[in-house]
Amino acid sequence: MEFFRIKKDIPFMSYGRLTTAISLITFILAIYFLAVRGLNLGVDFTGGTMMEVSYPQAANIEQIRTAVQSVGLSDVTVQNFGTSRDVLIRLPVKEGLSTAQLSDEVMAALYKADSSVVMSRVEFVGPQVGQELYENGALALLLVSIGIMLYLYFRFEWQFALAAMIANSHDVVIILGFFAFFQWEFNLTVLAAVLAVLGYSVNESVVVFDRIRENFRKMRKAAPKDIIDNAITRTMSRTIITHFSTQLMVLSMLIFGGEVLHNFSLALTIGILFGIYSSVLVASPIVLFLGVSRETFVPPEKKQTEEEALP
Amino acid sequence: MNRYPLWKYLLVAISLIVAVIYSLPNVFGESPAVQISTSKSHLKIDTELLERVETGLKQEEIAYDAIFLDASGIKVRFANPDNQIRAKDALNQLLGNDYIIALNLLSQSPAWLNSIGALPMYLGLDLRGGVHFLLEVDMDSALTQAAERYVGDFRSAFRKDKINYMGISREGQTVQIRFNQAEDVKKAERIISRDYADLTVKETSSGNEIILSASLSAVAQKRIQDFALKQNIQTLHNRINELGVAEPIIQQQGANRVVVQLPGVQDTAKAKEILGRTATLEIRMVDEEKSDAVTLDNASKGQVPFGDEFFVDRNGQPLLVKKSVVLTGDYITDAGPGLDQQSGESVVHVTLDGRGAGIFKQVTRENVGKRMAILLIEKGEAEVITAPVIREEIGGGRVQISGMSNIKEATDVALLLRAGALAAPMEIIEERTVGPSMGEENIKRGMHSVLWGFAAIAVFMIAYYMLFGTISVLALAINLLLLVAVLSMLQATLTLPGLAAVALTLGMAIDANVLINERIREELRNGNTPQASIQAGYSRAWDTILDSNVTTLIAGIALFMFGSGPVKGFAVVHVLGILTSMFSAVVVSRAVVNLIYGYRRKVGKLSIG
Repeated sequence: MEFFRIKKDIPFMSYGRLTTAISLITFILAIYFLAVRGLNLGVDFTGGTMMEVSYPQAANIEQIRTAVQSVGLSDVTVQNFGTSRDVLIRLPVKEGLSTAQLSDEVMAALYKADSSVVMSRVEFVGPQVGQELYENGALALLLVSIGIMLYLYFRFEWQFALAAMIANSHDVVIILGFFAFFQWEFNLTVLAAVLAVLGYSVNESVVVFDRIRENFRKMRKAAPKDIIDNAITRTMSRTIITHFSTQLMVLSMLIFGGEVLHNFSLALTIGILFGIYSSVLVASPIVLFLGVSRETFVPPEKKQTEEEALP
Repeated sequence: MNRYPLWKYLLVAISLIVAVIYSLPNVFGESPAVQISTSKSHLKIDTELLERVETGLKQEEIAYDAIFLDASGIKVRFANPDNQIRAKDALNQLLGNDYIIALNLLSQSPAWLNSIGALPMYLGLDLRGGVHFLLEVDMDSALTQAAERYVGDFRSAFRKDKINYMGISREGQTVQIRFNQAEDVKKAERIISRDYADLTVKETSSGNEIILSASLSAVAQKRIQDFALKQNIQTLHNRINELGVAEPIIQQQGANRVVVQLPGVQDTAKAKEILGRTATLEIRMVDEEKSDAVTLDNASKGQVPFGDEFFVDRNGQPLLVKKSVVLTGDYITDAGPGLDQQSGESVVHVTLDGRGAGIFKQVTRENVGKRMAILLIEKGEAEVITAPVIREEIGGGRVQISGMSNIKEATDVALLLRAGALAAPMEIIEERTVGPSMGEENIKRGMHSVLWGFAAIAVFMIAYYMLFGTISVLALAINLLLLVAVLSMLQATLTLPGLAAVALTLGMAIDANVLINERIREELRNGNTPQASIQAGYSRAWDTILDSNVTTLIAGIALFMFGSGPVKGFAVVHVLGILTSMFSAVVVSRAVVNLIYGYRRKVGKLSIG
């Protein structure tokens, strides 16, 4: 079986203007939604209490709400998730009230209303911890970006490092944009997914870059534009097969992983889809735009060329 | 050309054998158990106790699978959690407070596996159920307490050396002493610099008063904070032992935080209460000179005389209690609940250490006929439990505290006093609790994700790449095996995000094989011979695989460094998975390809779809 038997190189670089325009529009939209709606940050980052409880029968949301309010809390969200028997309760941070004991009080109130309630999960994060996790998350994102750029700079050239970083930041911003648009909850697990996507998506760019470098050495007479087109066409089959396989795994997590892994897999799905697009159609035009030529890789001396061509 | 030297085949074979052995315990699984240990040095865990436990369980007709004695105590294994819980309750009855009876999980693998240190993967709290707490120590309050102690120390030191002072008070974390004679200031300064090296003194004057401000030096502050943290960790250890948790984790994190993980704890409310309680005992004198009705009435309206504090005791009786502390909970060596022999009231029996007993004896001798207030301080709020009249001098260091409302309260107070006081209050700033049923559910979810995802990839790869696809799937399966083996060997904590990382890593690891297979196809298309295509495919793909894995590795390591909780669990597995995938996808799959094609004289066509 073979899906991609492409005889001629596809002139990707000629579509450069179109693809850049598409990227720019999605990017700006993502930024817009991030700015206007903002991320729906989970308790990990905002602080607060989140409780997951389940009942043997369908849960009575109204009764639960009344029970929680009887503890003296007003700004609570009570909602079903997954099945009608599972309920998610969110309690915001309140000055002087949001202590770790709060969840016990709520649980006691729920138990009084209906003794069949079972506690599945409680997460309480103090506001100071939330702030720290937020800062550490941002720091991790920054460090990952710098680390990858440095590696690419040493392995390839600065043009590649910069292009890969722009393409992948674009992926990250778009994932965040989706989370802002749909107001999906953004928590620590989703942050892990975003960082994994960053690594994964760079992975993509690297595969194409490797080919570009190889082509510069092999295809002596071709123009940089054709070299890049050839590199993308040759790696396209692999790009799509790999992403398809990874997506199969992520899909499996989306179906079987339950509430905790749900948003995690969503972030990965968006990351994988846009990862294909960005590494092929964003990173490469930027490389071209930043100006790479044969001299970037192949120094004039012939001897060294031979050495470097060894596997 | 496609032949490995013998050592490479051996390397692959040996690593596979080791991986299989170390993954095996995960197949056998774990069974519920009860672990009996003690923190008391005079008690021995020996075969005699083992027999007692055995007969006890037989009497209660609780069936068990195995019972044995090892370095960490007696362990009894059960077929199901019901028997385990019943046994725990029965043994608690049988052995009493001196032994710690904890619920545990024991590996069911054969002895030879245990003896080479092969253990099942260490499951995180979200997979086995339990509580994770992050506690923060209130360091300001530790320093305030230290300053408070100096106030008392100065009073007695100045009295002894006959230095006249106008007043001593604590302002924030500094102690201020007011004088009106310059020579008293000189003497006081000499004493402070001689006896209290931790303090730095500053002199200021207002009007005709001279004020000495003594504050803790930076070094002393650091030492007090370190001590507070250590003392709190020790206290937490004691309290958790009382709770009966098999493998608690209590670790310092940063300068002022403590992580506590209690696997398998079901009653989280109880755990929280016991951990969070900062109860300590203080014994202070009632200010008898100011106990007339008018003063007490004024005090209840906020006009509290200097050096006193106003309380209402449990019977609604107003009291003025002196601020200076006679004794604190630090001097307590043991405490236990009991009943008063005359009144039948619930009481707590407290035993004081030598120094405490000495102080207590002296104070009771000097204050016969006066009242002594016993205060329970919790979260900075003091409550007078009881304020009995001292009838006679009490020696020997045995004190009985009455005023408990019932035996349960007496038990709780005794536990808190026995387990020791916290040196400074602590607050839970993060909690993650997962119920036991949720833990099982999470394991199922994670496993299903991995297995179904794996199956889908396998079907696709085999259909698409034929024999080479099958080899790729084999390599992927070996990757999973290696990952499980490495996680079991390192005993790294496996969490639900960790299981997600297993799935994701497998999904990404297939990339290496896709790269290789695509390269081989391409080489074949370019008209190369099958053998040359295999050779070129692997060697060309290697550069790319290395580059792409290093970038993923960078992301993984950053996640590990800055992530906490779920993110860290993800990162560990992710990083390990990348490393194992490089071995399995390149070295192992090549070994298989070599074995299949490398030794044929003539290869007509590669089965690569």
